[in-house]
Amino acid sequence: MAEITFSVNGKSRTIDTNPLRRLLDVLREDLGLTGVKEGCAEGECGACSVLKDGLLVNTCMVPIGICEGSEILTPEGLRETDRGKAIIDAYAETGAVQCGFCTPGMMMASEALLDKNPQPTEAEVREALSGNLCRCTGYDMIIEGVLKAAEGGKGLW
Amino acid sequence: MTNEISTPVERVDARAKTDGTARYLADMTFEGMLYAKAVRSERARAKIINVEVPRLPKGYYYIDASDIPSEGKNKIEIIKDDWPVFADREVRFIGDTIALIVGPDRGELNRLCREVKVEYEDLSPALTLDEAEELKGGPIHGHDNAFADYHLKKGEPEEAFKRADRIIEDVVSTGYQEHIYMEPQAVVVQPQKGGKLNVYFSGQCPFYVRHAVAATLGVEEGEVRVQQAVTGGAFGGKEHYPDVVSTSLAVAAHKTGRPVGYFFDRVEDISYTVKRHPSRTSFRTALDERGNVLAMDIDLKLNAGAYESCSMVVLQRSIFSVNSVYDIPNVKVRGRAFATNNVPSDAFRGFGAPQGLYAMEVHMSHLARALGLSELDFKRRYLLKKGGVTISNGHVHEEVKLPEMIERIDRMSGYRRKIEEFKPGGWRGIGFSMVNHGSGFTGSGEQDIIRAVVKIKKRADGYVELFASNVEMGQGPLTTFPKIAAAVLGIPVDKVIYNNPDTDLVPDSGPTVASRTIAIVGYLVQEAAKKLKARWNESGEPVVEQHYAPPSYLRWDQEKLEGDAYPSYGWGIKVIEVEVDPLTYEVETKGIWAVHDVGVAIDEQVVEGQVDGGIIQGLGWGSLEKLEVKDGRFLQRTMADYTIPTSMDFPKIESALVDNPYEYGPFGAKGAGELVFEGAAEAFTSAVQMAIDRDMQRIPVTPEYIMEVYENG
Repeated sequence: MAEITFSVNGKSRTIDTNPLRRLLDVLREDLGLTGVKEGCAEGECGACSVLKDGLLVNTCMVPIGICEGSEILTPEGLRETDRGKAIIDAYAETGAVQCGFCTPGMMMASEALLDKNPQPTEAEVREALSGNLCRCTGYDMIIEGVLKAAEGGKGLW
Repeated sequence: MTNEISTPVERVDARAKTDGTARYLADMTFEGMLYAKAVRSERARAKIINVEVPRLPKGYYYIDASDIPSEGKNKIEIIKDDWPVFADREVRFIGDTIALIVGPDRGELNRLCREVKVEYEDLSPALTLDEAEELKGGPIHGHDNAFADYHLKKGEPEEAFKRADRIIEDVVSTGYQEHIYMEPQAVVVQPQKGGKLNVYFSGQCPFYVRHAVAATLGVEEGEVRVQQAVTGGAFGGKEHYPDVVSTSLAVAAHKTGRPVGYFFDRVEDISYTVKRHPSRTSFRTALDERGNVLAMDIDLKLNAGAYESCSMVVLQRSIFSVNSVYDIPNVKVRGRAFATNNVPSDAFRGFGAPQGLYAMEVHMSHLARALGLSELDFKRRYLLKKGGVTISNGHVHEEVKLPEMIERIDRMSGYRRKIEEFKPGGWRGIGFSMVNHGSGFTGSGEQDIIRAVVKIKKRADGYVELFASNVEMGQGPLTTFPKIAAAVLGIPVDKVIYNNPDTDLVPDSGPTVASRTIAIVGYLVQEAAKKLKARWNESGEPVVEQHYAPPSYLRWDQEKLEGDAYPSYGWGIKVIEVEVDPLTYEVETKGIWAVHDVGVAIDEQVVEGQVDGGIIQGLGWGSLEKLEVKDGRFLQRTMADYTIPTSMDFPKIESALVDNPYEYGPFGAKGAGELVFEGAAEAFTSAVQMAIDRDMQRIPVTPEYIMEVYENG
């Protein structure tokens, strides 16, 4: 067991837990942040994506022990921001959402891209989302959603 | 498109799904819930001699066939009931459920399951179609291993073969496909006070689950209440498989009196849940001296796996689809679904049609290549038309707009120009496919088996509520059903409520399968709304029920499998352009174009989402998704080695719809969800064939397979 202090969605959290537990389980089970989904448990699908210190990570591959002092942003945090709202609006407008299981992770990947590159090309969006798998949409409408968010959210990133 | 109904509205579930507030089953909490884990067969085919169960810690339970109540039965009533809830005397595939262990800690369950020692007496497994046909190890099913063996005959094929100038033989095969719904299988069974069981599940068919659970426990169906949770994709993989999970869980919940949940991990889901049937189709085609097709003799085989479940119905769709959009005058078909010692094959988007369509499209491309003709010109000779005779000796009752669609896709893609420009064998290719897909259950299934009912109610609070059992799994009915009702009633869409179904609250409008949700049930929604409109000014809360009635022109003989197999068809054309790397044989897809006739789109954006997703899933099946069996075990067991398309694999799709209203569809709509998948693998194959100037005989068309075909001449 180890005491770990980290920030989740801007709020400081201290938990006493096995440092080898997955960040995914800590977020979902201990903190009730179920917007983070488990799709494959091996870092392939991206459904469990969050931002850790500004970088997109698969929480199924991150032991909580390395999160000491980290800032974690989950869908629950992002959705409260203007950037999150711009992405949510754009996804709803372009039809980016079908079954929805990959979608919170896609939103996180979109934020990670736009934060670095506020006006991406289609090819750049494709590359940025390539670690997030979707089985419903064939990706086109999600890509359109990210481009729309970039356009509609000018100045936010 | 000029139809007002088709104008997109925002999906009602879009925001909650994006921001993470939508609750899938694993996001919900059930007080006192235990988890379940299956003890699975490690052998493909064996007798069970003995099972040694380890000492279980307090709070853990071992559940097997002996726990099924005496009024119940150790059978899962899917369509056939040959799949046992718990394998007790023999195992038929690696992964067969022998028992469940349930308890509070999932890590502990994994450990306990590994400690169960099963003593087997091994039998010789039949894994391939050939081994099944040769009855390796003795029959698994019946006397010939055929779960179903059907024959179709159109025209006078025997006579026509006598007139043949030449006969071309061809064999086309398709592989396994895993659904990879992003949310793995999940079911929770929760006992209620008074003995009733609540089942919460991720899936497509609430009433199938209710029926299966009630039959296993030997209780009235009303004693089981099934509620669909937000479902993270299904594609057919959650049509019958939730019956398999929920029946064993119900036995566990019944024994323990506690809620019991089963949340598959991805490895377990890929390794042991159902798949698309692999197929092999052999053609003998008789041509006259001018290269016209006189007749075809077709033998189609499906690898159905260890239990029949619904394979005979899948096979029916395969054989009814095996002439695709063509009117071949004389045809003989034999179709068989073989029992093997693999994971059972079951429903997957298209339900057998993709295998039949793929075989025929690719065979037609081989005939055109053998005759030195343009694929398009050759195929055009045989297009079905309104009034034309189908392979089951029924008729096409609707206008076939394929000629118009061909011109449309040619303008979009430059197909004809590129055919001239890219020389065969020049490492660039452009492929073309045509397909159709019947909406609704095969034959008389809708009127004889399903008998769908929907209900609509005008509530005192000013809202209208719809009651039906068709689920949202990504394809849109939470939005499109209300859209249909709202348009009829002339009220805003957000004044119509449609929730995830609960069998205690909704009538049985049938399963969410077979491209029937809009075409069949959506029509009932429209008709119910019309009746409600006539009663709009009544006091109280008027309720209207609408029952399915088949179109008057439908004729079907289930014994002979003859007549109108489907009341209407969606039609599709796809064009795909590729470049093949002459060194690595890797294929880069340069363009994807599609034109579909789905009658009228209830929502253009929803349909486009289906088109995009269906094509990419079809291209996965056709080019990437390889699932191989070795000694009865899948070699690919994770998402790292079973790869589905990413955002980088294919370019943006350009698609269009043609208008062709269908009289018995809501606002003229027909089915779309499966049609869009079909034809993508065919067009890809056709493009690769042109690029390397060789015939391809199977999918997936991987670089390794292209190399094999190219280097062997």
